[in-house]
Amino acid sequence: MRAMAKVNEIDTRTWPQVDFAKIRDQFPVLASTVRGKPLAYLDNAATTQKPWAVIDRMREFDSREYATVRRGAYRFAEQATEEFEKVRGKVALFLGAGSAKEIVFTSGATMGVNLVAGSWGRKFIGQGDEIILSNLEHHANILPWQMLAQEKGAVIKVIPVNDAGELDMEEFDRLLTDRTRLVAVTHVANSIGTINPVRTICAKARAAGAVTLVDGAQAAPHMKIDVRQIGCDFYVLSAHKMYAPSGLGVLYGRKEVLEQTPPFLTGGDMIERVTFEKSTFAPPPHRFEAGTPATTQVIGLGAAIDYLDSVGMEHIERQEKKLLDYATELVSRIESVDIVGNARDKAAIISFTLADAHPHDVATILDSEGIAVRAGHHCAQPTMDRFCVPATTRASFSFYNTFEEVERLAEGIKQATELFRG
Amino acid sequence: MSDINELYKRSIFDHNRNPRNFHAMENASHSCDGYNPLCGDKVHIYVRLDGSDTVEDVSFTGSGCAIFKASASFMTSAIKGMTQVQARETVSKFLDMVTGSSDPEPEDKSMGKLSIFQGVREFPSRVKCATLAWHALTCALDKSTDGEKASSATPDSEARKDVVSTE
Repeated sequence: MRAMAKVNEIDTRTWPQVDFAKIRDQFPVLASTVRGKPLAYLDNAATTQKPWAVIDRMREFDSREYATVRRGAYRFAEQATEEFEKVRGKVALFLGAGSAKEIVFTSGATMGVNLVAGSWGRKFIGQGDEIILSNLEHHANILPWQMLAQEKGAVIKVIPVNDAGELDMEEFDRLLTDRTRLVAVTHVANSIGTINPVRTICAKARAAGAVTLVDGAQAAPHMKIDVRQIGCDFYVLSAHKMYAPSGLGVLYGRKEVLEQTPPFLTGGDMIERVTFEKSTFAPPPHRFEAGTPATTQVIGLGAAIDYLDSVGMEHIERQEKKLLDYATELVSRIESVDIVGNARDKAAIISFTLADAHPHDVATILDSEGIAVRAGHHCAQPTMDRFCVPATTRASFSFYNTFEEVERLAEGIKQATELFRG
Repeated sequence: MSDINELYKRSIFDHNRNPRNFHAMENASHSCDGYNPLCGDKVHIYVRLDGSDTVEDVSFTGSGCAIFKASASFMTSAIKGMTQVQARETVSKFLDMVTGSSDPEPEDKSMGKLSIFQGVREFPSRVKCATLAWHALTCALDKSTDGEKASSATPDSEARKDVVSTE
């Protein structure tokens, strides 16, 4: 426990303005018990828990303010619309976008990629064109492109990954050609935590005349995002991974690119004029928001962004780095553990295998101690294939996790090792 | 740790480390692949039925977690020597037992050693691990090796639903 004391000491000294121990009280779920043990929620890369600020704001909106947005001819609906559109502005600021018109609400990061592939991609990618992906992608940033490539006769190229789990940037330079139409890479690898050099990738892609999409689902809740600094054309994220409700996501599209993008889903409230012969569509972002949106969820996202701003993304990033370093130290010390992915630049995700126990068995042993982790391929089978493992056990941290939870994780893994050693 | 001891009985560790009937079979009369896309567990079941429709030999190959491997190992040991009808009955009883849809009758000793898998029902996310080999066995019995094009068995329709889940 000496190491823990040391870490906590550094905490208090470095960030006296954020009391991370007290922060847990703001997340009611974290007080749960499971199988008689306090819940140690270490599955934050899958989804995050909501603070009272988000829960209360949604309840308040549903109780006192809810109405249809962007179509009501009465004051009450106009007020709801104002609250709704205010969030679009908050998201734009949160992501460093130039304008709220570049922010499209989707149903999640998956829908964001599908929208870009199905509308922009279908218009601008043709026979023999090249799409560059990386070997660290979630299936959601592979399959829409694969479907498109098959439909159009386009070619998919993959940036390889070194043994540490980092992209081979020299190989990326070679893959980039005058036929490259699109580069789609993840900002943070959900399976092993690598933070990719998206700024360099986007700069090189743009210089080669390619459009870029960055999958920010794992990055947005954990670090300061500035889409203009990154230089991407599209950036997607999921609200439920950033302490907001599920069923909602954001697609950022750079103005010039978004304006060229045709509608994806069509329907109500995304048009200028409809006749049975011909229709014209609304400008972005409403062109991409057919039907009644996930209204209360958007309000919840606004509250989540306010909450994250109040804690401070730079504090969150540094606290999570501390948790990652401590977890890496404790877990790597355990005999027979192999950590998959040791990138220099890494988010608070530890993916590992044990010599004698299958990842699912490890997850069950940890579950019996109240520790929630994910086991499996993490919807990233090509990444698993690259590291020659069928699956891993993955612990993913949030700033609301504690150093004690990291210790419980390490103890649980030790227990699994002993049980299965035989 | 009480729940976990219900799930991981000593003999499960034994069969995980030293699975019985864990090899390919050259002259199988029936076989089928099983795959759980959720976790990547893979199995291939081989069965040889003799002239009187009795399981003369049964074996498996594959990879996966301890629950899967021990279950496949216990299954092959249990059904060897059974008639096809008895083997199918055992499959049905086993599936009922691990999914918790029915308890084996106290006087019904037919499940024998297989009853150690009863604890799996307390871990719904692991039920598919325990049932994979059993579904693959049914799939194998449903078609002969020389018969129709082999198709894969998935643990159950639940597993198919889970495949589409994304993170």
